[in-house]
Amino acid sequence: MSTETITRADVCAAAIADAFADDGEIFGSPMGMLPMLGVRLAKLTSNPDLVISDGESVFLAGVPPLFAKGDVVEGWIPFRRVFDVVAYGKRHVMMGATQVDRHGNQNISAIGPFAQPRRQLLGSRGAPGNTVNNRTSYWVPKHSPRVFVEQVDIVSGVGPKRAKEAGPGAARYNDIHRIVSNLGVFDVQGADDTVRLLSVHPGVTVDEVVEATGFTLALPDGAGPADVPTTREPSYEELVIIREMLDPNGLRFREVPEPEAAQ
Amino acid sequence: MSRKPRDKQMTIDEVVASLEDGMTIGIGGWGPRRKPMALVRAILRSDLKDLTIISWGGADVGLLARAGKIRKLVYAFVSLDSIPLEPNFQRARQSASIPEVVELDEGMFQTGLKAAAERLPFLPMRAGLGSDVLVNNPWIKTVTSPYDDGAGLEELVAVPALKLDVALVHLNRADVHGNATYLGPDPYFDDLFAMAADRTYLSVEQIVDTAGLTAGTPVQRVLLNRMMVTGVVETPNGAHFTNCVPDYERDERFQKAYAAAAGGSDEEWAAFEERFLSGDEAAYQAAVQAFAEESSK
Repeated sequence: MSTETITRADVCAAAIADAFADDGEIFGSPMGMLPMLGVRLAKLTSNPDLVISDGESVFLAGVPPLFAKGDVVEGWIPFRRVFDVVAYGKRHVMMGATQVDRHGNQNISAIGPFAQPRRQLLGSRGAPGNTVNNRTSYWVPKHSPRVFVEQVDIVSGVGPKRAKEAGPGAARYNDIHRIVSNLGVFDVQGADDTVRLLSVHPGVTVDEVVEATGFTLALPDGAGPADVPTTREPSYEELVIIREMLDPNGLRFREVPEPEAAQ
Repeated sequence: MSRKPRDKQMTIDEVVASLEDGMTIGIGGWGPRRKPMALVRAILRSDLKDLTIISWGGADVGLLARAGKIRKLVYAFVSLDSIPLEPNFQRARQSASIPEVVELDEGMFQTGLKAAAERLPFLPMRAGLGSDVLVNNPWIKTVTSPYDDGAGLEELVAVPALKLDVALVHLNRADVHGNATYLGPDPYFDDLFAMAADRTYLSVEQIVDTAGLTAGTPVQRVLLNRMMVTGVVETPNGAHFTNCVPDYERDERFQKAYAAAAGGSDEEWAAFEERFLSGDEAAYQAAVQAFAEESSK
């Protein structure tokens, strides 16, 4: 398992796992495949206290491979109790984002005007509630200017600036933690609560990220484009866990194909 | 002589005959899971119109929207899960064919039902603050907490009660009086729907005697008490093509065919309707059976 064989999907999984590393004993709640992989990786490495579910209605005591069933159960988490835990706050959800804007607002509702959208998506789902109650991160498998936009069409998930504008009721527990894309890792700690580039994945340049982003990205304090760090590579142990335990069938490549293979 | 509570068994047609134009109808289950689809199909066949539909939506919303039954829709999402976007719902939204649309956060939706179930005008919560849910629904107000919890007097969303004229829910088992159990892992919110409604019609896979409800099943699974239930209908496979575990999983093959027709040409949708939705529930189930046999060849 040499470093040449480390794939972009592996890097993304480790970056997602890092987002959950310091969460302690809370409900790690991934939406989608790479977030599920990353959360389970975190539980097997940096944060064994993490509470995980089958994505349906039970908490799992073990850490099964992606989409596997039949592991030991340690609790009950039907939808009604998910809402309880959201309000309780001991939860970190990583959601998808059809659009995310400069101020870290997210849209999964619809594209275009709400009254008659050009493209109706899922609806707000739990995004408005998640973002004013528990830690929230986003996963974007295909970083592009169509996803990273100056202003989202509809605000489903609330970024820190809007939360502050809405008052302490909204801002008190607003905690947009990380945005992980196939190109890099971001937070929303830029000046004026804006999206900030924290690292670019190995093989990605800052220029590529800037090119693929529809707004001006903040950079780490005092850093120029040349100083932006590279996202860490997964360790040997992590690679073994990803490849042999959690995703032996390579499902992750459906979401994050290797850049060469994608062309 | 022993007196028993009344027998509430009804037919699908009797349930739908008791509904009226313009009613507010809550539909239980969740997305593509344990939906009272036999009752929804009966509404499709009826002349009912101008309905307000309140649902964590799946194909129930898609079908009613495509049939032009909905005057007002209250939802937090509409999804078929394995097919994330519901094509009939997308079509309705993108052509603005539903006159009034209320999109809520999914937790607000629960809080609204809870307020109605508790006969309160609203309940406070954080969800919605700062989001476009409040921008697109300016009639939803905020309320200022009278208590300082360390962050000043917080402004919170006053989630309005989602009062229902009628709730339609589907569970696994019931007795003739309306006591009912769910046997899968998730109760969803069917008890809240029932308590938020003036009348609740319950369809079930099987009607059993009262003792049978807790034979081999923990009493905690009796989700609905008969005082919450107006009528009971036995509709085997009545949640099809949504799931009703452990009785059956979602019919993914059928759902795929539904989504393809819904997202296809008008002719393709007309053919789907003709094949599956033009007759009564027995005809539907027979057509589904034929579809299953044909596609397993």
